[in-house]
Amino acid sequence: MAVTDLTRATAVEIAALVASRDVSAVEVTQAHLDRIASVEDSVHAFLHVDVDGALEQARAVDHATASGSSPGPLAGVPLALKDVLVQTGVPTTCGSKILEGWLPPYDATVVKRLRAAGVVILGKTNMDEFAMGSSTENSAYGPTHNPWDLDRIPGGSSGGSAAAVAAYEAPLAIGTDTGGSIRQPAAVTGIVGAKPTYGGVSRYGLVAFSSSLDQAGPFARNVLDTALLHAAIAGYDEFDSTSINAPVPDVVAAAQGADVRGMRIGVVRELSGEGYQPSVQARFDEAVELLRQAGAEVVEVSCPAFDYALGAYYLIAPSECSSNLARFDAMRYGIRVGDDGENGAEEVMRLTRDAGFGPEVKRRIILGTYALSSGYYDAYYGQAQKVRTLITRDFEAAWASVDVLVSPTTPTEAFRIGERADDPVAMYKADLCTLPSSLYGGPAMSVPVGLGDEGLPVGLQVMAPVMADDRIYRVGAAIESMLTDRWGGPLLQKAVAL
Amino acid sequence: MPSITREDVAHLAALARLALSEDELDHYAGQLDVILSAVASISEVAADDIPPTTHAVPVVNVFRDDVVRPSLDREALLDAAPAAEDGRFRVPRILDEE
Amino acid sequence: MATLSHTGDVLMDYDDVMANFDPVLGLEVHVELGTASKMFCGCATEFGAEPNTQVCPTCLGLPGSLPVLNRTAVESAIRIGLALNCSIAPWCRFARKNYFYPDMPKNFQTSQYDEPICFEGWLDVEIETDEGPRTFRVEIERAHMEEDTGKSLHVGGATGRIHGADFSLVDYNRAGIPLIEIVTKPVAGTGKYAPEVARAYVGALRELLRALEVSDVKMEQGSLRCDANVSLRPTPESPLGTRTETKNVNSLRSVERAVRFEMQRQATRLSAGEVVVQETRHWHEDTGVTTAGRIKSDAEDYRYFPEPDLVPVAPAAEWVEELRGTLPEPPAERRRRLATEWGINDLEMQSVINAGAVELVLATITAGADSAAARKWWMGEIARRANDDGVELESLPITALQVAQVDAMVTSGRLNDKLARQVIDGVLAGEGEPEAVADARGLQIVSDDGPLLEAVKAAIESNADAAQKIRDGKIQAVGALVGAVMKTTRGQADAGRARELILAELGASEGA
Repeated sequence: MAVTDLTRATAVEIAALVASRDVSAVEVTQAHLDRIASVEDSVHAFLHVDVDGALEQARAVDHATASGSSPGPLAGVPLALKDVLVQTGVPTTCGSKILEGWLPPYDATVVKRLRAAGVVILGKTNMDEFAMGSSTENSAYGPTHNPWDLDRIPGGSSGGSAAAVAAYEAPLAIGTDTGGSIRQPAAVTGIVGAKPTYGGVSRYGLVAFSSSLDQAGPFARNVLDTALLHAAIAGYDEFDSTSINAPVPDVVAAAQGADVRGMRIGVVRELSGEGYQPSVQARFDEAVELLRQAGAEVVEVSCPAFDYALGAYYLIAPSECSSNLARFDAMRYGIRVGDDGENGAEEVMRLTRDAGFGPEVKRRIILGTYALSSGYYDAYYGQAQKVRTLITRDFEAAWASVDVLVSPTTPTEAFRIGERADDPVAMYKADLCTLPSSLYGGPAMSVPVGLGDEGLPVGLQVMAPVMADDRIYRVGAAIESMLTDRWGGPLLQKAVAL
Repeated sequence: MPSITREDVAHLAALARLALSEDELDHYAGQLDVILSAVASISEVAADDIPPTTHAVPVVNVFRDDVVRPSLDREALLDAAPAAEDGRFRVPRILDEE
Repeated sequence: MATLSHTGDVLMDYDDVMANFDPVLGLEVHVELGTASKMFCGCATEFGAEPNTQVCPTCLGLPGSLPVLNRTAVESAIRIGLALNCSIAPWCRFARKNYFYPDMPKNFQTSQYDEPICFEGWLDVEIETDEGPRTFRVEIERAHMEEDTGKSLHVGGATGRIHGADFSLVDYNRAGIPLIEIVTKPVAGTGKYAPEVARAYVGALRELLRALEVSDVKMEQGSLRCDANVSLRPTPESPLGTRTETKNVNSLRSVERAVRFEMQRQATRLSAGEVVVQETRHWHEDTGVTTAGRIKSDAEDYRYFPEPDLVPVAPAAEWVEELRGTLPEPPAERRRRLATEWGINDLEMQSVINAGAVELVLATITAGADSAAARKWWMGEIARRANDDGVELESLPITALQVAQVDAMVTSGRLNDKLARQVIDGVLAGEGEPEAVADARGLQIVSDDGPLLEAVKAAIESNADAAQKIRDGKIQAVGALVGAVMKTTRGQADAGRARELILAELGASEGA
């Protein structure tokens, strides 16, 4: 098989080739490493490519297959890992200067499960620093470029992972989603991305940004691949007290089912209107119409508390992160600035954190410190947690009449690099649609539904009840199936070749 | 909601151990004000009788057994440290009393 | 008690303090639980291990790490609460207490804030007053779960203390070890007995924790730590005064001394028209004073919020009742029972408790001594040694078994009390087991009549006057001759036998 074919293959196809030994895992890995080498100057999706490690993992898969052990459904498939997950001995920076050079002494549970599945981790991908951002411009190591248009953002904070998949550098990627950081990048790069139910995937080894919201999740170029990756990483972990001790919903079967007849689908009234690009709204409406034609019942649902999601999120997340990031103090790991023999520990802490954190991180730490400080807790953090209850009630009320909720994933197509850098609030509005399900904790997915007026991808978001992850895959697969038929292939094929 | 002053930002930065420059103090004060206005709306919405949600899935009593597990290799740990001596992490002078 | 404080000012006399002020106490005790593993991870908790060999991503707070709660620690917390007559919260959470310090891996401590697992309890303690024994009920505000920090060594600088140190070396083995913090409500109404009540409370708490078997409660090893809060007010009706918090109180003796000193120090300032600064102070056992500690530039704003990485703890009523069934005999009942068994009164019992000797006495009795003898040794000679060395009884290098062996040697007639004290000295000095010490030092009552008679005859010869008095019927003069015999035998004579031989030799009898 030709090299370019392997990088265009789906995870399912690659796994089948490796299992049948038509192609070796090493060949597959090498093909992707070559692809990375050829496009990385333009895309900058990766912060670290683990050439030796990847080939070693690939060899192990080939060895196992050769000795007759039956490989799992993803054995030999390459994957790009967001640099917010720890991997023993592999540089992990979280997109920040403060962790420059740090080699973790342990593996995240997600990494352990990927290895157990025979997945080949190619390297660590770029991200907004400590997962704070919607464009990957907040990375201390330079932005990632959207493969559709290199002057545009790939979304964030998991922009590197999304771009790697969209640029065919890997068929699979892991991102993390706190307020939309998997879904929004998936939407603006024309791929599939899902945030599992909170607690569905272990956070052990996921460097914390906002502990009550963070979730690791899958990216791929199609819904079935995404489901297979979801199944590989999800499930109870004794090292994570917040992980769900219940069987993982059968997302793979749901993705293969793709039947929405009789399903009741709710369009969220509040997630539209001012600020939403008309062509984004149009692609969304067209996709919803397709669902109707496929036999789903579509109604409008009102979730008034969703209007407060932005406010609640931008108090809860910074509050938790101001505490989570306190550990970066130059004492035990990471960079140390100003230790000249004169400065005391406090001064070294201050100098290091000032030099090591970027402006968005500092902004959120200060905001979070403010929201938690005495006298303000009730007005800010405490109040935000109440809004969370109201949002949850809106979701639960909706589930009485619909099976899933849908909305555009993000109000606009990918904006230009630098366009919103000086306007934090404008940047935050990229998350308007994704925030409610983050605060609720339910599963949500973005699937590509077409191109907007600027020729850039638009995504539709499917949201489901807590622990009903299978439903997002069912609906997502149905949409994908209908649209791929119409387009004659995946949306990505419309992108200009890199 | 009260607006954030430069002094507020300086105080918060000190609490968070961030050494901000004069320019940064002004800049952040302005930006934070804007952000706080944007989030101000939430103050109107939730009545006192609404309970807060801190966890998405309401589980209680997650425990582990009191069993010893292997610890990390000290060598690797200290190699990754900014400074180490005699098996310990070496840190600059702590100026305050315990 | 010193009347000069370290600053050179005259420290107000204690009686004057009490004439002008009413003290209010608050005691915060931290107990390190004796669980096998840490609070939130599986690292071992052995004392004295090589630095940083009992750490993992979780207790080191490495990026990405998460806590999982130790069930046994929760059980211990509940049992401690029940033993202190507390209510057990049906639902509670952990909270993050945010502050920066190099011995804190996460720069926040996972603790409990407004939802402690135990609250509203009490512990009765007994002290000796001028009017006899009195019981004080110390009310407990709360007992909650939290984690310990690492330990720093300050290097450079003269004393190994922080001031003047060049740098510090941090060991995180202790970080994450389970702690239970027990906080009293303000303890008022103790009057001049405030120091004694403080000491009695910590002593009683220690006994209780030991009986629960939740900790080895060794103050000098840090598994039981006490912070003493003291404030003064003009009269019991006045509002509470400004309080100080004194740390580094590492023994029961220190508790009493530190409280007394703080009362005097505060009274001295207040009487001179100065204010008491609300601050943390550091107790120095060697100089007997407190000094000002860390001046916190930002009044602590800990920015508490519920710990998102842990789920709530909601102990089922059945579980709590099951744990209640595992409680040992309540301390008051136990005290009364033991006091009855030992034939002593409440006051004498409280002395034994205050000396930290209850378990030692019990173990000595188990090893064969009778209760009076066991008490005599531990509360007498050995307590004196502990006092002189400024340490707790239990940290002296002598065991209950060894004390029982010494006592057995007295009972069997091999030793008298004086010789026994020398054997004890030898054991404390590390010379070996009691039998070996006695042999090596040649300690043995001479009761063999042969050599004893020699000594008797020699004594009679060199004390002719006394001997004559005895022949004349003045039996009381025999004391001098017995003394002479003891001197020549280096204290190893059986005094009773020597007396008999002297009288027999001189033809006198007791009956005269």
